[in-house]
Amino acid sequence: MSVSANTRIGWASVTPALLWTLVFFAVPFAAMAVASLYPKGGDGFSFANYTQFFTNPSYWRALTNSLEVTLIVTFLSVLLAYPFAWILAFVVPGRWQRLALMVAVLPFWTSYVVRSYSWLLVLAEKGVVNATLMNMGLLSEPIQLANTRAATVIGFVHFFVMLLTLTIYANLKQLSPNYRKAAMDLGASPLQTFIHVILPLTLPGIMVGAFLTFVLAIGDYITPQILGGNNELLMPQLIMMQIGRRGDFASASALSIILMAVVTVAYLACARWLKIERA
Amino acid sequence: MSALVSIENITHSFGATRVLSDVSLAIAPASYTVLLGPSGSGKTTLLSILGGFLQPGQGRVLIKGEDCTAMAPAKRPTATVFQDYALFPHMSIGSNVGFGLRMKGVAKAERDSKARAMLDLVGLAQSFDKKPHQLSGGQRQRVALARALVVEPAVLLLDEPLGALDLKLRRQMQDELKAIQKRVGTAFVHVTHDQEEAMALADHVVVMNHGRIEDEGSPERVYGRPATRFTATFMGESTIIAGVSANGMIGTAVGDFAAPQVTTHVAIRPEHVSIGHDIAARAVDVVYQGSFKRVTAVLQSAPDITLLARLPADATTKPGDDLRLTIDAAHVIALKD
Amino acid sequence: MTKLIATFYAAALYGFIFLPVAVLVLFSFQGSLFPIPPFNGPSLRWYGAVLGDQRLTTGLLNSILVAVVTSAIATLLGFLSAWGFARFHLPASAVLRGLITLPLTVSYLIIGMGLLIFFNWIGLPKSLVAAGIGHVVINLPLCFAIVYSQMGEHQANIERAARDLGAAEWQVLTLITAPMLWPALFASFFLSMTFSWDEFVISFLLTRFDTTLPVEIWNMLRAGLNPKTNAVGALVFGVSIVLAIVFELGMFRKRAA
Repeated sequence: MSVSANTRIGWASVTPALLWTLVFFAVPFAAMAVASLYPKGGDGFSFANYTQFFTNPSYWRALTNSLEVTLIVTFLSVLLAYPFAWILAFVVPGRWQRLALMVAVLPFWTSYVVRSYSWLLVLAEKGVVNATLMNMGLLSEPIQLANTRAATVIGFVHFFVMLLTLTIYANLKQLSPNYRKAAMDLGASPLQTFIHVILPLTLPGIMVGAFLTFVLAIGDYITPQILGGNNELLMPQLIMMQIGRRGDFASASALSIILMAVVTVAYLACARWLKIERA
Repeated sequence: MSALVSIENITHSFGATRVLSDVSLAIAPASYTVLLGPSGSGKTTLLSILGGFLQPGQGRVLIKGEDCTAMAPAKRPTATVFQDYALFPHMSIGSNVGFGLRMKGVAKAERDSKARAMLDLVGLAQSFDKKPHQLSGGQRQRVALARALVVEPAVLLLDEPLGALDLKLRRQMQDELKAIQKRVGTAFVHVTHDQEEAMALADHVVVMNHGRIEDEGSPERVYGRPATRFTATFMGESTIIAGVSANGMIGTAVGDFAAPQVTTHVAIRPEHVSIGHDIAARAVDVVYQGSFKRVTAVLQSAPDITLLARLPADATTKPGDDLRLTIDAAHVIALKD
Repeated sequence: MTKLIATFYAAALYGFIFLPVAVLVLFSFQGSLFPIPPFNGPSLRWYGAVLGDQRLTTGLLNSILVAVVTSAIATLLGFLSAWGFARFHLPASAVLRGLITLPLTVSYLIIGMGLLIFFNWIGLPKSLVAAGIGHVVINLPLCFAIVYSQMGEHQANIERAARDLGAAEWQVLTLITAPMLWPALFASFFLSMTFSWDEFVISFLLTRFDTTLPVEIWNMLRAGLNPKTNAVGALVFGVSIVLAIVFELGMFRKRAA
């Protein structure tokens, strides 16, 4: 078989996937970029949709809200998931680990919309938390839990703790147990072993998990919409509002591109750590 | 006897690295040829070119007189046994062995019976319905052999076929490979870096280094009269000692030896050095090897010259002992370089 | 002591993870009109309401249809492209592979927005087909990455062996490569199914009347807290868990075999 016939088969097999990505991902993205430059009701080409972002405080506020919530969520999720993954990997006896892990991520399998709704049941004015606290006499009036930033954070953390437990567990398990043995053998205490050996070795995996959390959380519409309500808007809510209430595709496009730019900046900031894993 | 395979002036490079330089080789029908060399010597590249997995930069490959240089692996009368066996993991052993016949459109009943016969030949008749992961390394090796032989190739190519096996199994498989080759009468071309394996199997050894053929011939000839210094050290152990040649002789620190042409070194095999009376030396290292003692000695006249000797297992020599050694002059090899 | 703290911590985390799901399932059996304490049940009235709701049953069938068809397309395209890039020296291979995996780093919302505007321009109406195209966009990179990671040198040798024995390229692909990579293909298909099954925002943006189950559930939320939503949520959860167990068993059997 000649080299060119070989290459033809290669091209034939990669072309469908390339075309699909080009036509249904790259071209739509370009269309969105173009659309964002022709504001609704305006006269032709203009950067108005981008400048409004800096002049309209409520738009700017949506971005800072999004960043605040996402960073809090990422931080809390890693903080909660790491010890949990550690316990699953090193405290739970070997033959129960798989089961313990499967059970720990079982609610992962509820539909995304349903999961947020479930938290609403827990946090609502007459929901489980308020009802329990009032029955115990700890509260006389229900406190507002739903439709707050805290509710959004709780909903997010619930999801990402499961995701990060999975990734960190996998990371801890793939470390050779000999690292721990060697460190202990050389006189390190369990804490020193953790700080000097285990943590640096698992850091790249954690960074990947944290970055994934950041990307998924900052682009999510469901959790803030169901649990946070409209008291304070996050970026995805603002984008959906442009389409839903105002039918303003141009503005929604501009906001989407800004959101993507933020994610790209986050990626570039993390790239140093994200690369470690590939190396 | 005309050659079954002729490799003519093959040169090949990977990028800027030249891996084969003007290599020519003839392979006789029904012969067992072993390409021997260290890693990076070009032996595996040469085998890939023979199998059709690689197109040489220059040169030709003729099989049965036909130019196969640009022919696809499937079209040429070769079959390859891969180093990692490359058994199809999702197929039974029987389907693995029958695959080549299936591709030729042979009906199931016939290919099953041929596959069974071939499995019988390699001693695995009862494994027909098993899956590759149920077999041991040595058994997988035999399946790979049966799979390649069943299509009745003119030349069977084996790429380090015993490399993944442990030493004991490797020696055992060596004997079986040789027996199977004699039985089927197919020409085998076998790549290895293990010189013991090469000597045990080959009718014709081809020693390669840096993309060139250093030496080729029967194992006895290549071992006993190596053509180059590289061959003398790679095929078994030798002591290499520099000398000056004149009038059909070469003079060295351990004596004068016959040298038909102008030569610069001699190679002395350790088994040709024995306790005697000629050379005063001191033992610096003695390693007990079971059937013999391997002694490293330095000359008392020139302590920078080391001589290896193979002494009887019951020799009482200890490090530090003064020795008198004799070299069997008939077996000293004079080398041009 | 350490063991005690660990047990306590793990119990707290399990509690946190299971609290909403437990509440969801418990109040799906609520006898009265609201899924809030006190619990009066158990009752199956809301499950009856769900099964009698044609919008929900249609949404369920639509979801299954979209998940199966788009996962099959994504797995097929992902497999072919992974094979092409792994086995042939194509120019600019790294850049093209990057292009295929690029959608992984972009929010579903933005992918949906782009498609909404693009389909608007070319005049493709909102429909399950439009949403399905979006689902392939999000799952194709995943399938590609999974299969590509399994294409090692050993697999390449196995394909070489098949070619050496006379197999044509299409025979190598169908008789050797695909069956050999069956676990990776199964994982790709299955993961795509779960992502498609759960996907909301693209379906929300790109469908109108005939839509998928997550969008129908979303529409129910406008009515506020309602045990019927609990019941449909609990059902979806049950189906997902069954699928997850099937997946576990499937992968486990493959690994054992």
